[in-house]
Amino acid sequence: MTPIITLTGVQKYYGDYHALRDVDLTINEGEFFSLLGPSGCGKTTLLRTIAGFENASDGVVMLGGADMAGVPPNKRPTNMVFQSYAIFPHLNVAENVAFGLRRRSDLSKQAKADLVDEALDMVGLQGFGGRAAHALSGGQRQRVALARALILKPKVLLLDEPLSALDKKMREQMQAELRRLQRQVGITFILVTHDQEEALIMSDRIAVMFDGRIAQVADPQTLYRRPVNRQVADFIGVMNFLPATSTASEDGVDVQIAGFGAASVASEQCPGGMPTGDASVGIRPEMMTLLFDGQPSEGAVAIGTVAERYYYGDMTYYEVEFEGVSEPVTLSMKNLVGRPVLERGDAARVAWDPRALVVFEA
Amino acid sequence: MVSPPFIYALLLLAAPMGAILLFSFWTQDFLTLDTTLTLNNYREFVEEPLYGVLLQRSLIIAAMVTLVTVVLAFPIAYFVSFHVAPERKSLWLFLITIPFWTSYLVRVFLWKVILGFNGVLNSGLLGLGLIDEPLTFILYNANAVVITLAHAFAPFAILPIFVALERIDRSLLEAGQDLGESRLMTFWRVTLPLATPGIVAAVLIVFIPTIGDYVTPRLVGGPNGLMIANMIQTQFLKLNNAPMGAALAVIAMVSVSVIALVFVWLNRKWLRVKQ
Repeated sequence: MTPIITLTGVQKYYGDYHALRDVDLTINEGEFFSLLGPSGCGKTTLLRTIAGFENASDGVVMLGGADMAGVPPNKRPTNMVFQSYAIFPHLNVAENVAFGLRRRSDLSKQAKADLVDEALDMVGLQGFGGRAAHALSGGQRQRVALARALILKPKVLLLDEPLSALDKKMREQMQAELRRLQRQVGITFILVTHDQEEALIMSDRIAVMFDGRIAQVADPQTLYRRPVNRQVADFIGVMNFLPATSTASEDGVDVQIAGFGAASVASEQCPGGMPTGDASVGIRPEMMTLLFDGQPSEGAVAIGTVAERYYYGDMTYYEVEFEGVSEPVTLSMKNLVGRPVLERGDAARVAWDPRALVVFEA
Repeated sequence: MVSPPFIYALLLLAAPMGAILLFSFWTQDFLTLDTTLTLNNYREFVEEPLYGVLLQRSLIIAAMVTLVTVVLAFPIAYFVSFHVAPERKSLWLFLITIPFWTSYLVRVFLWKVILGFNGVLNSGLLGLGLIDEPLTFILYNANAVVITLAHAFAPFAILPIFVALERIDRSLLEAGQDLGESRLMTFWRVTLPLATPGIVAAVLIVFIPTIGDYVTPRLVGGPNGLMIANMIQTQFLKLNNAPMGAALAVIAMVSVSVIALVFVWLNRKWLRVKQ
C-alpha cells in the first residue's frame, strides 16, 4: 500500500472560523476512501483543499509525493466530480468530455474522439456524444461529469456528494456503478458524503469528521462495530447507550449495566480506551433479540416493557423501557413467517450478548 | 382577440408604424399632401447622396458607440458580478444607474461643458501642462457623439451583461480549472461563451436606439456629426416634407432591423449561443 495523499497538520481558517483542525490523514493508491460527516464538518473543505480550490492555512498537503503548496487546481493530478456536476451548458456531451483534452497536443483529433468514445462507453453513455447538455437527466449528467474527469486519467478522483441529487433508486444504481468503475480504472477515489450508509457500502476506508476534526479512520466493519466514541457511534447507524459503571478486569473491563446487569467485556470492545467508574455501554438494535412465549435463552436476558412499535415492512422496531434506563432502548426484529408481534405495554424479554457491547467513557 | 394587450399593441405600436409606412408612399405637393401611392421618396433617397451619407454615418457612429459601450461595460459588469460581495451588489447597480437621475438633455449639455474648447478636460490638461493648446477633435464632431452616447448607454449595456454573468454557475469555472485550464483560458472557454447572451442583448439594446438618436448629434455633433434622425426632423419640421421624413424613418428602421437580425444570426451560427 503506497500512500498517494498525505496530509499533515492541515488547518483551515475562514476569518475566525476554524474549518479544519489539525487534520492528519493518509490515503493509499487505488483506495476508495470516503470523508463522512454531518454538514459543516469540514469534509468538503478538506476535499477542496486536496483539489487546490482552497489553500490550507497551515500544514502540508502531499500528493503523489509532491508538496502541493501554491499549486493551482489546473496543475494538480486530481480531477473532481462536482456536487452540481458542473456540466458546461454551452457544450454538448462529447465537447464536455473532451474539455480537458485541449492541451494534449500530442493527440490527433481522431485520437481525442476515440478517447471520448471510450470514456462515454465506460460510463454507459454510448452514442450520447451529440446530445445537448440541457437534454440530460440527473444520472446522465453525473455520468458525463465522471467521464470528463476520468478521461484525464488523474491520480485521484474527487467526488463531492455526487449522489445527493439523485432519487433513491438511481442512487443505489450509481453506488454500485461507482464501485465497479473504481475497481476497473484502479485509481484512488475520494468520496465526500453525509450518508453513512453510502459510505459503508462503497468505501475501503472511511474518515468520520466532526467540527473540522477527524474522529476516526477505519474500514466500514471496524467503524460500525468499534466506533471510538459515542459521537461516531451515534452517527454511523443506530446505537443505544446505557449508563453503566466499569471496573478494570484482567483483559478488559467488567461493567454493571443499568437494566441489563453485569457483563465482562474484552479490551477490543473499548476502542476509545478502557474507562473506570462511570461509563456508557453501546449496543446496536439488531444485536438484541426478543424472546417470544417462554422461548429459552442461553445467554443473558433483560426484562422490560414495550413502549412503542414501528412496523417497517421487512423489520419491526421496538422501543423497550427498562428500569433504571431513562431513554427507551431501540431493538429491531426481522419479520419472519409465524413470528409474533408484541404490542405496546407487553412485557419484553430481551436476549443480548456481551460480545456485541461497546464501552465508552460516560 | 380584442384583449387589452392587443388593443395596446395596435394603438401604440402598429398604428403609428402603419401611418409612417403609409406616409412614406405619399408625396408633399407644396402645402397639400398628394395621397397617390408612389416610390418617389425612396427614389430620391437613392438619387440624393446626402441621405446615404447620413445613414452610413449613423450606422458607423452607432457601431462605434456600441463597441465602446460594450467593451467598457463588460469589465464593470464582470467586476460587480465576480468581485463585489453579494450583499453589496445591489448598491453597486444602484450607483451605476445614478446618472439616470438627471435628464438626458442635462447630461448631454454636461458633456459639452467637459469636452468644450474651454471645457473641463482641456483646462485640466492645459493646467497639468500635458497639452499646449486645447484639443479640438473632441467636440462638435462624431467623436463627441460617440463619447456622449457611450456614457448615456453604459448602464443599458452593463445590466444585461451583469445578469448573464450572475447566472453562470460558479462551479463551472472551478470545473474549467479542475480540467486543466488556467484562469484566463477558463474565462475564454467558459465565462465568455456563457456571457454571450448578455453581450448580444447589450449590443442590440445600445445599437438600435443609438442609430435614431437625435439630441446628441444635434448638440455636440457639429456639422460633421449629424445623423439620419436629424435629417428626419428637418424633413418633418423645417422642410415640411413629412412623406420624405417618413420614408427616411422607414429606411432607417429597415436597416437597423436587417443589421440586428444578421448580427443575431451570425451569433447563432458562429458563437453558438445556446439557451
